[in-house]
Amino acid sequence: MLSLINALPGAVAQGLIWGIMAIGVYITYRILDIADLTVDGSLCTGGAVCVMMMLGGQNVWVSMGAALLAGMVTGLATGVLHTFAGIPAILAGILTQLGLYSVNLEIMGKANQAINVDKFSLLVSLRFIKGVPVFKNTILIVALVILALIAVLYWFFGTELGCSLRATGCNDKMARAQGINTDLARVLGLMLSNGLVAFAGALLSQYQGFADINMGRGAIVIGLAAVIIGEAVFGRIFRNFALRLLGVAFGSIIYYLVLQVVIAMGLDANWLKLLSALVVAVFLGIPTWNDRYAKLFKDMGRGSGRTERGGID
Amino acid sequence: MLEARNIVKTFNVGTVNEKKALRGINLTLEDGDFVTVIGGNGAGKSTFLNAISGVWPVDRGQIIIEGKDITGLPEHKRAAFLGRVFQDPMTGTAADMGIEENLALAFRRGGRRTLKSGITGSERALYKDVLSRLGLGLQSRMTTKVGLLSGGQRQALTLLMATLKQPKLLLLDEHTAALDPKTAKKVLELTEEIVEDQHLTALMVTHNMKDAIRIGNRLIMMHEGQIIYDVSGEAKKALHVSDLLQKFEEASGGGFANDRMMLAK
Repeated sequence: MLSLINALPGAVAQGLIWGIMAIGVYITYRILDIADLTVDGSLCTGGAVCVMMMLGGQNVWVSMGAALLAGMVTGLATGVLHTFAGIPAILAGILTQLGLYSVNLEIMGKANQAINVDKFSLLVSLRFIKGVPVFKNTILIVALVILALIAVLYWFFGTELGCSLRATGCNDKMARAQGINTDLARVLGLMLSNGLVAFAGALLSQYQGFADINMGRGAIVIGLAAVIIGEAVFGRIFRNFALRLLGVAFGSIIYYLVLQVVIAMGLDANWLKLLSALVVAVFLGIPTWNDRYAKLFKDMGRGSGRTERGGID
Repeated sequence: MLEARNIVKTFNVGTVNEKKALRGINLTLEDGDFVTVIGGNGAGKSTFLNAISGVWPVDRGQIIIEGKDITGLPEHKRAAFLGRVFQDPMTGTAADMGIEENLALAFRRGGRRTLKSGITGSERALYKDVLSRLGLGLQSRMTTKVGLLSGGQRQALTLLMATLKQPKLLLLDEHTAALDPKTAKKVLELTEEIVEDQHLTALMVTHNMKDAIRIGNRLIMMHEGQIIYDVSGEAKKALHVSDLLQKFEEASGGGFANDRMMLAK
C-alpha cells in the first residue's frame, strides 16, 4: 500500500506527459476524424531527436523545439501519403510509422540512448518529483506546459484556419463547398498532432532518462484511452473546447493512476498492453452496441416489468 | 455568366459498370437566369451540377464562369464562384459546429483563411440579422450546434450559407426532395425570395414538374446525359405537366414511367 502511494506522484507526472501526447491524438482522432498511427513512431522520433541534440551539447529548449519540428515532418509525411497519394489515412500512418523505425534508429545510432540527469540540465525527470524546489518539480512544469499548449490550441482552433480544420473533420464535402482546401487542412492537422506527440516524446525521454526505439509502441492506444476516459469522466461537465482538452489530460492521468493500482494489486506488468487494448476496444465498441442493442435492452426491461406485474395485461 | 461547352463524363471506364453520365452538354446561362432542371433518374442532372462544382475532373469540355475558364480548378477554388445546396440536409452544414460558426465558414468562402479570428463581433450582428429574416427563430440560437436542428432548418441554413457571400452561380441539387411537403414549400419560397432579392443566376434540379414550370425563367430537360429540351420565357410559362410528360415519353421511346415523376405531378 505504501509503495502504491509512493508511486502515485510518478504516475501523475507520467500521465501528464502522456496527456500532451493524448491531446495530439485528440486533434486527429476527434477533430479531423482520422485514426493516425504515425504517433507510435513520432513519439520516439521526438525522444530521439531531443536526447541526441542534448548529448550533442544543445540547450534543452532548443532540443525540444527540434523534436517538435521533427514530429511535424513525420505528420507531413503521413499527410502527403494520405492526400497526395490517396492512401487511406490509417494505412498512411502505418507506412510512416514503419519507416520511422529506421529513421529513429539512424538518429540514435543504436536502439537506446541514455541521458544522465546529473550531467545534463533536463527540464523534467523522475528524479524531480520529490525533494526538489517547487519550481523544478516535474509535475508542476508539465502541468504549466499543458496549460500553455491548451491556450495556444484554443486560440488556434478559433481562427479562420483552425475553423477550416474543424469543418474538414466534421463534413469535408461541406468544407470544400465553402472553399476550404480539405487536403491542406488534413496535412496541417496531422503536422500539428505529430508535433505535439513528438514534443511529448521529448519530455518522456528526459523523464525516464533515455530514448528507446520501442518507447512509442502502442502509443496510439494509450492516447485513445486517455481521450476516451477523459470524455467518459468529464464529457458532461467539460463542454468548452479548452476544458475538453484539459479533460483529455486528466484522462491520461487517470489512466496512469489506474495502471499503478493494477500493478500494486499484483498484475504481471507484461499483461498491461493487453489490458489497455481491451479497455480501449470496449470503449470504442460502446457507441456501436448502444445503437445496436439499446432497443433490445429497453424491450427486455419492459418485458421484465410486465412479468413483475404478473398478468395485469 | 455560365458557359458549359461540350461536357463529357464517363464513370468506370472500361468496366461492365461503365456509365456515360454526360454526353456533351452545352449550356449558356445569361445573368440572372433561374433555370429549373428536370429529367428521370440517371439523366445526369446531379452529375452536371457536380461537373460544374468540380467534384471530379470532366473528361472533355470546358466550364466558363464570367469569362474565366474554371475547368482546371479544384473544387475548393471553384467554391469562390458557387453557392451549393445539396439534396441531403446533412451534407451542407457542419453538425458539430455552431450556427454562427457555420455561417462564418461560409462568409469566408473565396477568401484566404488566415490566423485571424474565425468569427468577429460585427459578423455576429450580420448573422443575427440574416437569420431573423428566415423566420425560424434561429437568431436566438446562434451558438447551438447545427446537428441539433431539424432537416428543414439545416437546409434553410445551408441556403443562407450558399448565398451569404453572393455567388456567381447558385446550384440547387434537389434541395427540397428530402423534406416533408410543408417544409419543402417553405424552403422553396425562401429560395425564390433570395434568388430574386440578390438577382442570382441559379440552376435548380427538381423532380417536381409543377415547381419546374412555375419557378424560374427557363427550364431544361435532361435525358441520358444530354439536354433534350430547353424552353424559356412565355413558352415556358405556357407549359403544362402533361407537355413535359409527353416530352419524357418521346425521349425515352415511349417506355417512360417513373414512379417518382408520376407522383410529383
